[in-house]
Amino acid sequence: MSPKIAQRIAKVFIWGGGAITVAILLGIILYILIQGVPVLSLDFLITPPRGGLTGEGGISTAIIGTLYILGVTLAIVIGPGIGAGIYLAEYARNNRFTQIIRYAVGILAGVPSIVFGLFGFTLFVTALRFNFSILSGALSLVCLLLPTLIRTTEEALKTVPRSYREAALATGASKWQTIRHVVLPAAMPGIVTGIILCAGRVVEETACLYVTMGGSAAMPKSILSGGRTLSLHLFYLAMETRAFDKAMGTGAVLIIIIIVINTLTNWLSHRFQVKMRGG
Amino acid sequence: MNHVIIDRTAKHVVIICASASFVILGAIFIFTLREGLPAFQQIGFINFLFGTEWRPGQEMFGILPMGLGSLLVTLGAMVFAIPIGLACAILLAEIAPYRIRQFLRPTVELLVGIPSVVYGLVGLMLIVPTVRQIGGTGFSILAASLVLMAMVLPTIISISEDSLRAVPKGYKEAALAMGANQWQMIWHVQIPAARSGIVAGIVLGMGRAIGETMAMIMVIGNAVVIPDSPLSPGRTLTGNIAVEIMYAAGLHRDALFATGVILFLVILVLNTLATIALRRGIRTQGVA
Repeated sequence: MSPKIAQRIAKVFIWGGGAITVAILLGIILYILIQGVPVLSLDFLITPPRGGLTGEGGISTAIIGTLYILGVTLAIVIGPGIGAGIYLAEYARNNRFTQIIRYAVGILAGVPSIVFGLFGFTLFVTALRFNFSILSGALSLVCLLLPTLIRTTEEALKTVPRSYREAALATGASKWQTIRHVVLPAAMPGIVTGIILCAGRVVEETACLYVTMGGSAAMPKSILSGGRTLSLHLFYLAMETRAFDKAMGTGAVLIIIIIVINTLTNWLSHRFQVKMRGG
Repeated sequence: MNHVIIDRTAKHVVIICASASFVILGAIFIFTLREGLPAFQQIGFINFLFGTEWRPGQEMFGILPMGLGSLLVTLGAMVFAIPIGLACAILLAEIAPYRIRQFLRPTVELLVGIPSVVYGLVGLMLIVPTVRQIGGTGFSILAASLVLMAMVLPTIISISEDSLRAVPKGYKEAALAMGANQWQMIWHVQIPAARSGIVAGIVLGMGRAIGETMAMIMVIGNAVVIPDSPLSPGRTLTGNIAVEIMYAAGLHRDALFATGVILFLVILVLNTLATIALRRGIRTQGVA
């Protein structure tokens, strides 16, 4: 086969791969939106699900459950996540401790969601007696999200040019003052992008919450009540009640949330890169 | 307060934060192992791993059917995802003009963000009925593999693209200067140079595939059988835990935690392999 023909065939395959990837994404999004959007209405959003096996009602308690889980999880994960990111970007020397931490972050990022669920189930649900609750679910998610936030924070901090730090240190600022007043503010858009990314993962996560949150369809009263997120609600609708129209409606809400989150992170990180390049 | 004290406190605080991930990793391993240990002791490691019968009612706990289920859906997903993902990575790294890349990259990122239950729902409504046309109920290893393919594509694409991009310009220019056309350069120079990173992407994709739970429950049929064809239903290790943990007690519960330990160890091995591959990739390219 002549090199020219080989190249032509190869390019057909390469473009084909790209086309299939786009087709998969568009197929999923369009299918869910076309089936799901007609189900959406203000009523659907503000009515609680009837519960039981009917699949009737709306998704109000699932929306509240999602917001609860989102708030509690982010409130807990932000401190240690950003702290660890600061350590890796600003303090870490290339020693044993740093290597162990990096390795742990890498492994933790790959541990399956359901294993975090099992861990949360023994520690938070059973041993600490938080039962199936928003708190148990949120604490399990904190463990799951930590690596994501650490990595995005570290990367955001590393994008800040050295000259920023040198200028601050040269004016007599201490290391922490430099980080607190110069590096962190400069990296803030990047860090916020990481936090929004975590918010997206909270919305999409299911397996870990399936075994720690209880899945009650009732309105949560406190962080110690059980509850369900939108993703969990979709799972129950599709698998237990077989209310596929409602499942599609919930899916459409999820897709819209994810698209908004993605657009937001893309816009923020683009602005951040432009700023750091001095544009 | 004195700056020196604040500085020292801040340093200690961030060190404690950094230790958190190590502590959590250790705690996950210790807690799941502690709960799962009785199962290993009473059932026996070999009987547990290679036992073909999982009948909690009769105290029979062999996870081979689920192990094979996980393995087969993962391999099935890889058969589809590796060629498509690699093609897409080459497109992004080398071939596509700027505008198309600007469109394709957010597409790949969006695939990561779609919740696994949405993949499951689409699988349930579109892929399962399609597979049913070929034979069986449609709830099958094949349907699960197809759903999983879409879910692991972004991992393979983004890591392969990064490593293709990291190949030094000099390599590519040398090949082109010797009269290779673009495809000869990609095939004979760029892909071999980026091999370690591509392998890492595939291995990490496998890790993601083995860990996927909810989407698998929705399309695989969840029958505890040893799958004998792509159209046969099955159950994954992760799905087995999720479906049964809520009502399991005694040795049954321990056996599910032991399954968690096995999953944890598999991921540990896969991620360590990927880390080694990535590090080797950086080293070879650093020499150039």
